[in-house]
Amino acid sequence: MSFPLGIGGIASGLVCGLVFGFALERAGFGSATKLTAQLRFKDWAVFNVMFTAILVAAIGLYVLQLIGYVDMEQIYIPSAFLWATLLGGVGVGAGMSIGGYCPGTSVVGFCSGKIDALLFFAGLIFGTFIFAGAYDFLEPMLKAMPAPEAQTLPELLDVPTWVVLGALVAVAATVGYLTTRKPASPSSAASA
Amino acid sequence: MSATTPSAGPRPFWQPHLAGVLLGLGLLMTFVLTGHGLGASGFTTALAATTADVVAPAATESSSYWGPMFENGRNPLDSWITWQVIGAALGALIGAMTAGRFQISYDGPVRLGKPQRLLMAFAGGAISGLGARISLGCTSGLGLSGAATLASAGFLFLGGFFITGAIIGLATKRIWQ
Repeated sequence: MSFPLGIGGIASGLVCGLVFGFALERAGFGSATKLTAQLRFKDWAVFNVMFTAILVAAIGLYVLQLIGYVDMEQIYIPSAFLWATLLGGVGVGAGMSIGGYCPGTSVVGFCSGKIDALLFFAGLIFGTFIFAGAYDFLEPMLKAMPAPEAQTLPELLDVPTWVVLGALVAVAATVGYLTTRKPASPSSAASA
Repeated sequence: MSATTPSAGPRPFWQPHLAGVLLGLGLLMTFVLTGHGLGASGFTTALAATTADVVAPAATESSSYWGPMFENGRNPLDSWITWQVIGAALGALIGAMTAGRFQISYDGPVRLGKPQRLLMAFAGGAISGLGARISLGCTSGLGLSGAATLASAGFLFLGGFFITGAIIGLATKRIWQ
């Protein structure tokens, strides 16, 4: 048996989604205050959770590929248009700093009872209408600068995958250490 | 997992690295099962398309953006991403309930009144929805899942996301704390 299995059915969607939503909720990502605290550098949970998840999946895929279980040719790698990708990131970042969520976390927010997350979700639909309305005007500009042939960081930097993974682990571990260690202030001793 | 007593208050969030490991394993499982990652804005796009089709079917099906989604009698909501988002909603609901965190409430910038908070949430959602269509993916599909394949596009998206978010986040921090 070789992976990916190509299971695109209802059950796999529900099960994968269930883990996704549960993990985001447990991380605290149903809260606009918690999410945006990262953008004010008061709380590094968003960075630490995301980077850990990216590395667990990336290293997992790398190992599964090495032992011949996964064919990376069958794994979807996004390769959008350069300016469009950057501009979209700017929009989603602005959206979180103003509205408190991103598309996925707004679902987690309103499933935790947050009314503002429901409004954010309604805004997403409205923003999609704006895009559809402006599509004929936007499309040529967005497709103006295609991504380079190299789709992945190892290809782009021309280094082996393990080097990129190692560098990302180093960044994640450094930020993780600096942001989650207990402050050595006298006040924290009392809470231990 | 018995019912939590109201006086106990919600349980604390998980340590970020623990939540990250679970999220990463879920994402890895998704890649192994389906060949692609997790997402969210694919569903909001399908929902927007269906809404447009219900309100104005002729205009929607002849639209250059919506039209192809309805070709050959297709239904954009009849897709894996719909079930994944329903699963995510259930997972979040179970998570919030079992942690004693489910509560009808208003989050957002605490220094503002409820109407302003809701208005900001809607405006932020609109900007986010527009952005996610421009980049053909959001924080889940492009940021998280894209970066997990080490796609340059995923990291480019995350760079734009964090830098813009931090600039506006720092500029507006007074209304949030």
